[in-house]
Amino acid sequence: MTMQHDIDHGTPASESTETVALSIDGQRVQVPRGTSLMRAAVEAGIQVPKLCATDMLEPFGSCRLCLVEIEGRRGYPASCTTPAEDGMVVHTQTPKLQQLRKGVMELYISDHPLDCLTCSANGNCELQTQAGVVGLREVRYGVGATEVDGVCGAHHTQSAKDESNPYFTYDPAKCIVCNRCVRACEEVQGTFALAISGRGFDSRVSPGQDQVFMDSDCVSCGACVQACPTATLEEKTVIELGQPEHSVITTCAYCGVGCAFKAEMKGSTVVRMVPWKDGKANEGHSCIKGRFAWGYATHPDRITRPMIRASIHDPWREVGWDEALRYAAGEFKRIQARYGKDAVGGITSSRCTNEETYLVQKLVRAAFGTNNVDTCARVCHSPTGYGLGQTFGTSAGTQTFASVRHADVILVIGANPSDAHPVFASRLKRRIRQGAKLIVVDPRRTELVDAPHVRATHHLALRPGTNVALITAMAHVVVTEGLVNEAYVAERCDRKSFDEWRDFVARPEHAPEAFEAVTGVPAAEVRAAARLYAQGPNSAIYYGLGVTEHAQGSTMVIGIANLAMACGMVGREGVGVNPLRGQNNVQGSCDMGSFPHELPGYRHVADTTVRSQFEAAWGVAISPEPGLRIPNMFDAALAGSFKGLYCQGEDIVQSDPDTQHVAAALGAMECVVVQDIFLNETAKYAHVLLPGSSFLEKDGTFTNAERRISRVRQVMPPLAGLADWEVTVKLANALGYPMHYEHPEQIMQEIAALTPSFAGVSYEKIERLGSVQWPCNEATDEAGTAIMHVGGFVRGKGRFFNTAYVPSDEKVTPRFPLLLTTGRTLTQYNVGAQTRRTPNSLWFDEDRLDIHPHDAAERGIADGDWVGVESRAGQTVLRARVTDSMQPGVVWTTFHFPESGANVITTDSSDWATNCPEYKVTAVQVAKVMQPSGWQQRFAAFDREQRDLLARARQAEVVGK
Amino acid sequence: MSADRLTTVYVPCDSAARAVGADEVAAAIAACAQARGLPVRVVRNGSRGLFWLEPLVEVQTAQGRVAYGPVGVDDVPSLFDAGFLDGATHPLGHGLTEEIPYLAKQERLTFRRMGITDPLSLEDYEAHDGWQGLRRALQLGGEAVLAEVTESGLRGRGGAAFPAGIKWKTVRQATAAQKYVVCNADEGDSGTFSDRMVMEGDPYMLIEGMAIAGIAVGATQGVVYVRAEYPQAIGTLNEAIARATRAGWLGGDVAGSGQAFHLTVRKAAGAYVCGEETAMLESIEGRRGVVRAKPPLPALAGLFGQPTVINNVITLATVPVVLARGAGFYRDFGVGRSHGTLPFQLAGNVRHGGLVEKAFGLTLRELLSDFGGGTRNGRPIKAVQVGGPLGAYVPEHQWDVPLDYEAYAAMGAVVGHGGIVVHDDRADMRRLARYAMAFCALESCGKCTPCRIGSTRGVEVIDRIARTDGARREQQVTLLRELCDTMLHGSLCAMGGMTPYPVLSALDHYPQDFLAPVAEDKPASAERA
Repeated sequence: MTMQHDIDHGTPASESTETVALSIDGQRVQVPRGTSLMRAAVEAGIQVPKLCATDMLEPFGSCRLCLVEIEGRRGYPASCTTPAEDGMVVHTQTPKLQQLRKGVMELYISDHPLDCLTCSANGNCELQTQAGVVGLREVRYGVGATEVDGVCGAHHTQSAKDESNPYFTYDPAKCIVCNRCVRACEEVQGTFALAISGRGFDSRVSPGQDQVFMDSDCVSCGACVQACPTATLEEKTVIELGQPEHSVITTCAYCGVGCAFKAEMKGSTVVRMVPWKDGKANEGHSCIKGRFAWGYATHPDRITRPMIRASIHDPWREVGWDEALRYAAGEFKRIQARYGKDAVGGITSSRCTNEETYLVQKLVRAAFGTNNVDTCARVCHSPTGYGLGQTFGTSAGTQTFASVRHADVILVIGANPSDAHPVFASRLKRRIRQGAKLIVVDPRRTELVDAPHVRATHHLALRPGTNVALITAMAHVVVTEGLVNEAYVAERCDRKSFDEWRDFVARPEHAPEAFEAVTGVPAAEVRAAARLYAQGPNSAIYYGLGVTEHAQGSTMVIGIANLAMACGMVGREGVGVNPLRGQNNVQGSCDMGSFPHELPGYRHVADTTVRSQFEAAWGVAISPEPGLRIPNMFDAALAGSFKGLYCQGEDIVQSDPDTQHVAAALGAMECVVVQDIFLNETAKYAHVLLPGSSFLEKDGTFTNAERRISRVRQVMPPLAGLADWEVTVKLANALGYPMHYEHPEQIMQEIAALTPSFAGVSYEKIERLGSVQWPCNEATDEAGTAIMHVGGFVRGKGRFFNTAYVPSDEKVTPRFPLLLTTGRTLTQYNVGAQTRRTPNSLWFDEDRLDIHPHDAAERGIADGDWVGVESRAGQTVLRARVTDSMQPGVVWTTFHFPESGANVITTDSSDWATNCPEYKVTAVQVAKVMQPSGWQQRFAAFDREQRDLLARARQAEVVGK
Repeated sequence: MSADRLTTVYVPCDSAARAVGADEVAAAIAACAQARGLPVRVVRNGSRGLFWLEPLVEVQTAQGRVAYGPVGVDDVPSLFDAGFLDGATHPLGHGLTEEIPYLAKQERLTFRRMGITDPLSLEDYEAHDGWQGLRRALQLGGEAVLAEVTESGLRGRGGAAFPAGIKWKTVRQATAAQKYVVCNADEGDSGTFSDRMVMEGDPYMLIEGMAIAGIAVGATQGVVYVRAEYPQAIGTLNEAIARATRAGWLGGDVAGSGQAFHLTVRKAAGAYVCGEETAMLESIEGRRGVVRAKPPLPALAGLFGQPTVINNVITLATVPVVLARGAGFYRDFGVGRSHGTLPFQLAGNVRHGGLVEKAFGLTLRELLSDFGGGTRNGRPIKAVQVGGPLGAYVPEHQWDVPLDYEAYAAMGAVVGHGGIVVHDDRADMRRLARYAMAFCALESCGKCTPCRIGSTRGVEVIDRIARTDGARREQQVTLLRELCDTMLHGSLCAMGGMTPYPVLSALDHYPQDFLAPVAEDKPASAERA
């Protein structure tokens, strides 16, 4: 493994299909029309000197190093801004160009510190490189503060550094005002946090209004740091450690975008994570989390030794792997002997790899002999699986992220990509800036509604819980105003179900006017939005947990699919139904058969043909009866029939609803085995704690929201000595079910052999192509399937289902007059286990309750006050944030900090089809309080106890057992 | 005295005239007439452009308009006493205005109406051949208008001298939902005022020209970008646009043709670089006035990314006469490829400063002596900067070269917008060269390296030249020349690209000024972090 050095072509590629032929330095080159001379030269193997050009950004033409000579034309045009034309004869190196470039470089260096040897960019600085390339030998103006002939030149070399951001430093003394950072913030990220202030020689990069980075609008995505050719914007880790010496390509472990990164290393120490330009999901961009917040992997809180205890109030005992696994296996066996096979089960992780998830469900089915296995998708996108499976035949997104480039109308429902899928949001905003129209359906005024140079044409701010009413009303408009794409429906959809659906939505009680009082959205807006979507020509829907985490989550997904089919918006670029999968591998864990009723590849356990294939491969009988879903496991635990749980990489106590219920269920179990990287909330109820491994410590694959399977590559040895998959293998062996895998590649081979949609997936192919998208087999392209349902739907004809609006059981009452809905923020990720252990907490260090000024005023609540939030499930206390991005009657919070107890308040209300919890609708009352809630006081006490028990285990090790 | 006859007295409202008291003089004349019971109508006209005579008061008589100037408030009673309302002689009198040699020797095609009419009077404008060009343009149609403008040989009068017809053709042939005509009225060059005079003194002429351009290229929107330092021009233009719109010369249905042309005025914000066409577009779009790289040309992707005609005030103001009198008429004036006339602006240390419109081909010497009358203080002229702050200093031995775009370019000088600034023999050319660099440093947008850093370094190098001698000084002079070369060939726009013109011309033609080390110069500014 060496350093992965991506070629910088200087300017973006042209998408034209026409070509032009020209001569550069005597070489004949053929390039697409619209390609710059600079990029054409790179095709010819020639690097024209440059500083302000980089191929992730549009050309700027400011450094004046890339000048060339074109025969028959006067002057010295910049090759970055000059398009190649047929018959051009270009010279990139002549005596005059040599002289001009030296002249320009001499000016640059006259205002630049001469401390290359001790500079953090030494060895990786484009200014340094170009000074060498142009052959600069002297700076006759004097450099910096040097006095020459009695005159001291103006300079910036003593400017003060801005070290406010925890991850990177801004050193204006080294800035060459190439504007790459400003352009990156505009074109790539779309935040527009940076500008140039001052003019002429005084020009300086200015975050916000000459503020420090932390005080500006900067979201710390790092695009500017990546774009900066000098040490001006530099990662603090590079300043501290020096330049990396080799790199490994891997995939981010945060969200469902699945950005590809180069982990740049010194030995087994990560120096920095740099987005990989050839990564199809992110194309060289990232967010603060993937790029900077990876330090949790080596945080002191990491669990590095297996631990066991008989009762959760006993101190932990550190033991070796063998003893821990023997103990766990023994307990599971004991429980099964006493309470029956189905008294145990497992929860797979959506953060662990496909191979690891596959092994856990295999262990449950083969070693435990039960189908009691489930995954976190239960609580987020299970309705997607059900809804899209029923309507289209495949329970996954239909497009790639790049497809948004061809969308004309973008409808975002119940999702906040600016915070939750930032790299995708950047792409989306870029498309809006190019002229596409945006419709946002969200109770809150999310960032996307009114961002720099992006404004939603329609913001349908509906009341939580009324999604189905809204989508049915939009369908009503499409059907009654003659906006149905009849040809598409006739060709691709099931006639009978469509006709029934058409009659259903056309009923007057489904008109926008009829639903206006229910949703709170003006009928005229609904009509306008529906017309806009139907007109396209390319309309794409993106949705998130604001759709699925509802009592009618599955119904809403079906409603979305209905609308897309009726308007002909599935099966090509620029359209589609795109669930924004939250976790880095939740798609994968669903694909791998983590559901109690499905084997890998979404095939029902009752399907005898499929089941017998697995039985033959695994050498064991598999039960045809579906097992318990996670909520059922809790109920069964409280009922006394579910006693043992193997929980890998999931913190159900913090992330599942109705915390007290979950805690009680765990308390009722006899053996809880938690495999995780930290002592999380669930581990506090565990009897066996097995150290997990982070994404940096293992090999495997993740599958992102595009169905894209990418490699996760080990860059450092697992801190506890074993990768997660190795632990599962050993546990299976301890349970008496032999598993032998040398490397995760073999696990993928087994998956491919047993799962038709994965039949063409292999590590060799991924190595060669970078990634593949399932379905990937002989019936598809070599790299799999980018756009789904191209000729027809997977199930054959797309099927319509009537979506009757049924109000949630969570109704506002005089006792609970407000509706609580939940969401995420940019810098903390989900339960915060990773991000809370990084400097990201500087941006967001506590969950707050967002409340509209009217509701706050009624209750005498000021910004920052402690408020009690109570539902029928429980009560907790948070600090209020008064904001008009909320609507009256709705409050909002996040769930990143365990002590906030956000899920103490959420209830057992859930989706009728999948039991996905209705996080998004909880009836609450909010009141000013003076002290933490009862739950929080108990939590604090329990938390102290468990930390103490852990500390004692570690101390025993220090003292020497 | 003829007590019953209403006499019209003209007192200019042009900013230059007002700067020397024209408003007070107008008030004094009106008051005096009132006091003496004489029926007098005071009309605020544009300036005739004989600035040393301002405030130039004209009286309408049967023989024509009689000129008196420069008139101060204290002179008013004596004018009345002398019977100036009948055109009587007076120490301040100059006889018939049109026979004043300075004016009579000019060839006023664009400025033919200047100072004759009330600038905002639609009747005056129409009575003096106003709107004839637009009427003819509407009859001819866009394609033929384009041909006329091309045939006339009209070139950009802002300084770049690009053939207007070729630019318009590019815009006409482009396909877009919206096209624009933008008038660059930033007129930032020192010593220039012709654009201002047009906007203050004959605004309908500019409006007519822009409307014709709109018809020629298919643009329905026009913008006039006026520097903030011209508040009166902005006010006058806005009023003229309002009146023209009410009269149907602008708006959704120009002169009943069914074609639309809407015009708005945008005020700049004090940056010389925003006279550069792409920085101007950025400014109009609400961004920082930073220069754009070309390609794409504004003719294809200009204002808000749409095909845009950008022309200087004089270029657009000349279009009506080209259409009214025909391409051949205009083309016959001038020499070589410099067709037509240029309104030269004589300024600086000159006895008779003002607006001199002449066909290309006359020499600088003729302008300086026949019109300018030498310096104001009588000292010899040492250097003349032609074409604005980015123009070369023309030494005496080059004063006989015809004022023609190509001839001036061939000798390393610039005709530009026609601004001429005269310096007497006390001028220190080293200081003026330093000023050229300092001006560039002050006004640089900061985008490209040669201008952003080079101009600051240029000041410093010239300061070092002042402090050194011998071999050391020679090295600095060499460095200055190489810096100029880098700026000339490497800059993104003419700001940095042409700053070497005054610097090198000073160095080449006045090397003696760069020789003696100067002790008491202030040191260059230090750190500007």
